[in-house]
Amino acid sequence: MLKPTPFHERTTALAQSWKFKDWAGKVAISAYDAHSEREYFGVRHAAGLMDASPLYKYDLYGPDAAKLLSRVATRDITRKFGVGRVTYCTWCDERGHVLDDGTISHLAPEHFRLTSSEPWLRWLLRHGRRLDVRVEDSTDRLGCLALQGPNSRHILEQCVDFDMDRMRFFRVRKTRLDGLDVWVSRTGYTGDLGFEVWVDRADALAVWDALMANGQRFGITPMGLDALDVLRIEAGFMLQGVDYFSSKSCIIEARKSTPHELGLGQAVDLTDRAFPFVGQEAIEAELKRGHKWALVGLDVSWPELEALYEEYSLPPHLAPIACRDAVPVYQEDGRTQVGQATSHTWSPLLKQQLSLASVHPRYAKPGTQLKIEHTVEYERRVVTATVVERPFFDPERKRTTPGRA
Amino acid sequence: MATEYDAIIIGGGHNGLVCAAYLAKAGRKVLVLERRPVLGGAAVSEEVYPGFTYTVCSYVVSLLRPYIIRDLELVKHGLQLTPLECSYTPEADGPGLCRWPDPHRTREEISRLSRKDAEIYPEFGKAMGRLARFAKEIIDKPAPDPASWRPSDLMQLLGLGRRFRDLGDDLGAIQFKLSTMSAVDFLDEWFESDTLKSPMSVSGIIGTMLGVRSPGTAYVLLHHYMGEIDGASRAWAFAKGGNGEVSMSIARSAMSFGAEIRTEAPVHKVLVKNGRATGVVLDNGDEIRAKTVISSCDPRMTFLRFVGEEHLPDAFATGIKRFKFRGSSGKVNLALDRFPEFKDRPGIGPHVMGDIAICPSIDYLERAYDDAKYGDFSKRPYMNIVFPSLLDPGMAPEGKHVASIFVQYAPYHIKEGPENWPSRREAFGDAVIDTLSEYCPTLKDSILHRQVLTPWDLEQEFGLAEGNIFHGELSLEQLLFQRPTSGWARYSTPVRNLWLCGSGAHPGGGVMGAPGAMAAKMMLQQGAV
Repeated sequence: MLKPTPFHERTTALAQSWKFKDWAGKVAISAYDAHSEREYFGVRHAAGLMDASPLYKYDLYGPDAAKLLSRVATRDITRKFGVGRVTYCTWCDERGHVLDDGTISHLAPEHFRLTSSEPWLRWLLRHGRRLDVRVEDSTDRLGCLALQGPNSRHILEQCVDFDMDRMRFFRVRKTRLDGLDVWVSRTGYTGDLGFEVWVDRADALAVWDALMANGQRFGITPMGLDALDVLRIEAGFMLQGVDYFSSKSCIIEARKSTPHELGLGQAVDLTDRAFPFVGQEAIEAELKRGHKWALVGLDVSWPELEALYEEYSLPPHLAPIACRDAVPVYQEDGRTQVGQATSHTWSPLLKQQLSLASVHPRYAKPGTQLKIEHTVEYERRVVTATVVERPFFDPERKRTTPGRA
Repeated sequence: MATEYDAIIIGGGHNGLVCAAYLAKAGRKVLVLERRPVLGGAAVSEEVYPGFTYTVCSYVVSLLRPYIIRDLELVKHGLQLTPLECSYTPEADGPGLCRWPDPHRTREEISRLSRKDAEIYPEFGKAMGRLARFAKEIIDKPAPDPASWRPSDLMQLLGLGRRFRDLGDDLGAIQFKLSTMSAVDFLDEWFESDTLKSPMSVSGIIGTMLGVRSPGTAYVLLHHYMGEIDGASRAWAFAKGGNGEVSMSIARSAMSFGAEIRTEAPVHKVLVKNGRATGVVLDNGDEIRAKTVISSCDPRMTFLRFVGEEHLPDAFATGIKRFKFRGSSGKVNLALDRFPEFKDRPGIGPHVMGDIAICPSIDYLERAYDDAKYGDFSKRPYMNIVFPSLLDPGMAPEGKHVASIFVQYAPYHIKEGPENWPSRREAFGDAVIDTLSEYCPTLKDSILHRQVLTPWDLEQEFGLAEGNIFHGELSLEQLLFQRPTSGWARYSTPVRNLWLCGSGAHPGGGVMGAPGAMAAKMMLQQGAV
């Protein structure tokens, strides 16, 4: 049985497509229309509003809150992480295998918020036993709206008590939106200029209405998960449960990943720490050994895809939405498997067929030519895919701050 | 002048810029010369009335080749294309017709007119989609010349023949019909509803001096289905900032590869010495030398004005003189104080976020053509309207709007003579506004400014011969190996080191960039630049 989110009344009324989906036990919208394309372009060219409430959220209070998070997650946030900062992070089990990834926001002195794709209350409580910290599962208390796209800043400007031009990338602010208390963070999962608005359940509908009303003249469009899947692949973001698996749910070791295998090395602070994080020793050992996998972006050759379909007298037929069927990735010979591609999409913007893949590190260098499996007319074939830098799409507006010269 | 370029490109329209970008990307030293102060040619955005940006001439993008977007990294250089939501055919007294990307919704709409048509509509799309692949093969490759007997041309023709065979008997027959029938006759074989057929038939006549019942117009219908097979599900898109931004993104790409671009640099003549182009002379007398000169202007301007008949073989000059332009359309751009609602479907909604076609019936379209045949503009013209401000609010101040209205027929050759178009301009503008007011009763009260472009204006201001938006009619006899004239469809010309890269070359007009890209590739491949 699925439960409603705080925005359920609004989102479900607008979803004339009746395309719903289970997201962490909540009703989520896949697409508001028959196609997700309008929502996709809404985000890339104007603004999209998505109910992201099913994300797990934990609020941590107390003098040891930073300590607990720095012990659990691979980042050391006990220093140089002032109020108002947000960071992307990951956390591991004792063997250094990734459990999940999410963000940590420093909301106020002795108040942090962690987001995740899976529940981690028990894990947090276990590691916080001897610390002076209170952990609240705020998942159901808070609604979260992702407002993403080039016009998102203009929309918020209309309704928040804060100069949005000064809001920097990966920062969070407590403010009032149409008189209602909210947290606004400049974060998101689309790789575009964008924000997330965090609000108490009771005020959720009013915040939705305010954003929709103020967004009207900026082309705001409600957006579902189908569009998000295309957007996040263009942004090069992996997804837990698709591109990698939380070690807690893996039956075999081979399925598990380390932060470095997922390209999250930047989020791992190994030096100058007052205390180690969970899994640190294993990760240090791995670094000496070298890791087994590397997460890469692949640009699948469109001319080859076209030629392949041509052999069957077919036009290139690709699903209009992102696809999560994992397929083998081979060396250039098309026979020796060197990894697997786990997420794929046609990028309507870049006119490219994109994949996220895990390959052996020696094949991870940008420019490396590999082969990816592609099925046409029930026959498995291969086409060339070139390793490219992630993100595939990286607009300047994502991180620039107009208020700062 | 001391500086020598590998290539000078005459004209900074989208094709000239595409050609420049490809050549610069290949390491060539390229100079683009544009006569006007703004880049884009007929793909241009200008703030004609303060605060309101008009996408002055061309206004949508349908066939911009995806490989060009990839190769030239146009998204990185600012290209933002939003697919149009809907094709709406309003009626003065009736419910009108909307065709949506959602097939169920479209079926429902068409069912109100004819249940039979609603059922066959997707099958028609499928057949056209398959044929469009055949046509796409044509637009993405240089035209093969059957008379050349060159092995590569013959192989290419053989490939096309094989494709034709693969279409199967049914589709092969359709393809043949498409090449010979009128748009209306062809559609009559599929559909019964006039309200459905008339907006579908108009794609066969855009930019030609033909009517929807003229033979040969069916072929151009196919172009409509071509954009749908490059992974995107819809053909038409609006560029943020108007079509000028398409040109600007290409210009930025070209400059990032090192191309040099000069505006307000009108070319006077192409320098020809011993049958070879050696550079250009500008209006101000400056001479600029280059190894090759590439013209993105139409064939008439290129050969008869810039080169001069004296440098051309007789047969070729005759061919160019016979090349038909016969511009048949005008453009009206409006700045609006508020949105002019449509009678049959009031309000701002997804139905007006696409293209809106004023063509209530086939007879209406044919009558519009009747006026034109005898040297007058249509009293009740066909119009294709887009409200750019609904798709990109930045095009107009808050709450205000711009309308882009493509109007056909406005024949270049009016009975008063084309040079008398200026005295007919406002009457033409009035006919457009009067007609549209029948669908949008409040339109007249909301107009803050109107820009009326007659075919004469298109010729004088944008250098389009006889105001033809495609640099020459897109009729079957002027396509493929006949564009611009037989034997010279592969971008080279009888003047050595002079090349064509504009819409007057294969595969023709529209904001697709294909002539520019293929000309560049051909020159690089042949070591001509």
